[in-house]
Amino acid sequence: MDLFEYQGKQYFARYDIPVSAGGVADTVDEAVAQADAAGYPVVVKAQVQVGGRGKAGGIKLAADAAEVRTHAADILGMDIKGHVVRRLWVEHASDIAKEYYASFTLDRAAKKYLAMVSAKGGVEIETVAEEDPDAIARLHIDPAKGFTSSDAADLVGRAGLDPQAVEGAVDVLTKLYRCYVEGDADLVEINPLILTPQGQVHALDAKVTLDDNAAYRHPEWDGFRDIDEFDERERLARSKGLQYVGLDGYVGIIANGAGLAMSTCDVVNQVGGSPANFLDIGGGANAEVMANALEVINSDPKVRSIFINIFGGITRGEEVANGIKAALGRVDIQAPMVIRLDGTNAEEGREILSTVTSEKVLSSPTMLDAARTAVQLAGGTVR
Amino acid sequence: MSIFVDENTKVIVQGLTGGQGRFHGLRNKAYGTQVVAGVTPGKGGSDVEGIPVFDTVAEAVAATGANASFVSVPPRFAADAILEAAAAGVGFIVCITEGIPAHDEARAYNTLVDAYPSTRLLGPNCPGIISPGKCNIGITAGEIALPGGPVGIVSRSGTLTYQALYELKQLGVGVTTCVGIGGDPVPGTNFVDCLEAFQADADTKAIAMFGEIGGSEEEKAAAFISEKLTKPVVAYIAGVTAPAGKKMGHAGAIISGSKGTAAAKMEALAAAGVHVVNNPTEAGLKMAEIVKAL
Repeated sequence: MDLFEYQGKQYFARYDIPVSAGGVADTVDEAVAQADAAGYPVVVKAQVQVGGRGKAGGIKLAADAAEVRTHAADILGMDIKGHVVRRLWVEHASDIAKEYYASFTLDRAAKKYLAMVSAKGGVEIETVAEEDPDAIARLHIDPAKGFTSSDAADLVGRAGLDPQAVEGAVDVLTKLYRCYVEGDADLVEINPLILTPQGQVHALDAKVTLDDNAAYRHPEWDGFRDIDEFDERERLARSKGLQYVGLDGYVGIIANGAGLAMSTCDVVNQVGGSPANFLDIGGGANAEVMANALEVINSDPKVRSIFINIFGGITRGEEVANGIKAALGRVDIQAPMVIRLDGTNAEEGREILSTVTSEKVLSSPTMLDAARTAVQLAGGTVR
Repeated sequence: MSIFVDENTKVIVQGLTGGQGRFHGLRNKAYGTQVVAGVTPGKGGSDVEGIPVFDTVAEAVAATGANASFVSVPPRFAADAILEAAAAGVGFIVCITEGIPAHDEARAYNTLVDAYPSTRLLGPNCPGIISPGKCNIGITAGEIALPGGPVGIVSRSGTLTYQALYELKQLGVGVTTCVGIGGDPVPGTNFVDCLEAFQADADTKAIAMFGEIGGSEEEKAAAFISEKLTKPVVAYIAGVTAPAGKKMGHAGAIISGSKGTAAAKMEALAAAGVHVVNNPTEAGLKMAEIVKAL
């Protein structure tokens, strides 16, 4: 789960990482109230999960209440790269002497944590990595051993942070590591981490991705689920416990297993079509799960045909077929569909499916043929 | 021959008394695997259809001489279960559990590397391993695999693995061992480990590899193949149409920025001399063609 900046800052605050005084606002009046509380001047920041907010006009400095009013009115409702701004974060504007960068994440290649600190903050770290790789100090951390304040001091030293920032930066890094590990984050990033003229080091932005697998031990995350950010279809799928990712095409996909679901999208693409979604219903394919999946696909107006791709392993073909049959009886499907059923007892399964096949419900024995049929049913051109 | 497991492998099932553990543990036993014991804290002394259950892995190992473990416990207990097996001297651990918190997984993996370097972990979040006709640990339906070789399979995806086994069987091609390394970000066993083992296995003459988006294990495999591997490899990578930044079902299947795309992986593998195919069906056909020409 990706957090909004304001949520990230609230999460940082739980681990005593210094952030600017501020608050959230969903209306112009609320923005003014938050600005009054934070103390002028303030920064009014659009809360969207997309980069380049500043350039798009989503971050503005305001010297007084009148300016807050103007900027808040402009930014609320603004469309930034397809993300509509519904919420603002209003915080006291900091004096900035220097901008740094700090983050912790998992380095999958090394199978260890990776800490990165740079004296060149305020720009995308990927850009720094490309243009001036030596400006980033890196440290691999053994997750079984942990990260000490001397590790932090070493990093800060190698990154070449200013002498007056060292103490504060070491403190922030050790707290950020705690937030990363105890807070079950996949990523914690502060960019920029600033040094004020008064010698304070604090987080001016917050990028946090939480590990959904750890949600069971973090009841405090419940408040973070901002469903507004999800695609409408993804929200419905999530409420039904399905693994779903919305795509831009017109062939609705249902498959069992993540690999097969991805592969099904690819094959549709390969024969000249375009997948509307990725949907993994998991190992089995009982009527309940299949009906839920069909309902989600059915809710997508862009879907012009449906491709159900099931490989029976332990779940036998006849069980799968009966599940599909029952689901078809429960959901009023709009688009025509093709079902490909293979694997254990596929013959028996196809036999059962033959009782429900019609002009709108076809069956095809192979993945490629089924993909071509799905594209044809959608009125697309088969390659 | 086979890799990692064979007919002499003695397996305990951690979580044998749970729904999944019981179902798959009994299936593995019915397949012919030596499933010698189960472990569930607090249920020692009972049995599951004649398979004795112990409170701890150490007791189960002492009583049965087990050398492998099948971990089928809920996510919150999985990391501890893996470490318990390693501490009890189990050399090969298969963990099918999906949904383990990433930090637990990273800590368990690195603890194994630091403290139990000779222990091999397969998974988590994997379908397991099958040496057709000899040993099946995990959730693969044994009947879809043809024993005998000459093909070794290694895959990040369960269903694509089943698909591959099934298609090869239809074409009359046997398999030495099929390893599902799983879809999590920190797999205990990776492509290179399996390729290395297949290279050393005299009965494996060709290798099918199923990768997907995310991480850089396929690229590492490509480097290994071009340097060390002499056997032909067919590879399929799922996720050509996957958008960046979205987890495609598996926790590890995510394109981060521009890293981990299917295109980059396919390119790296093709450059290493691998037969890169566009879908699982082609993988089966290509493999059958290679086997015929051996």
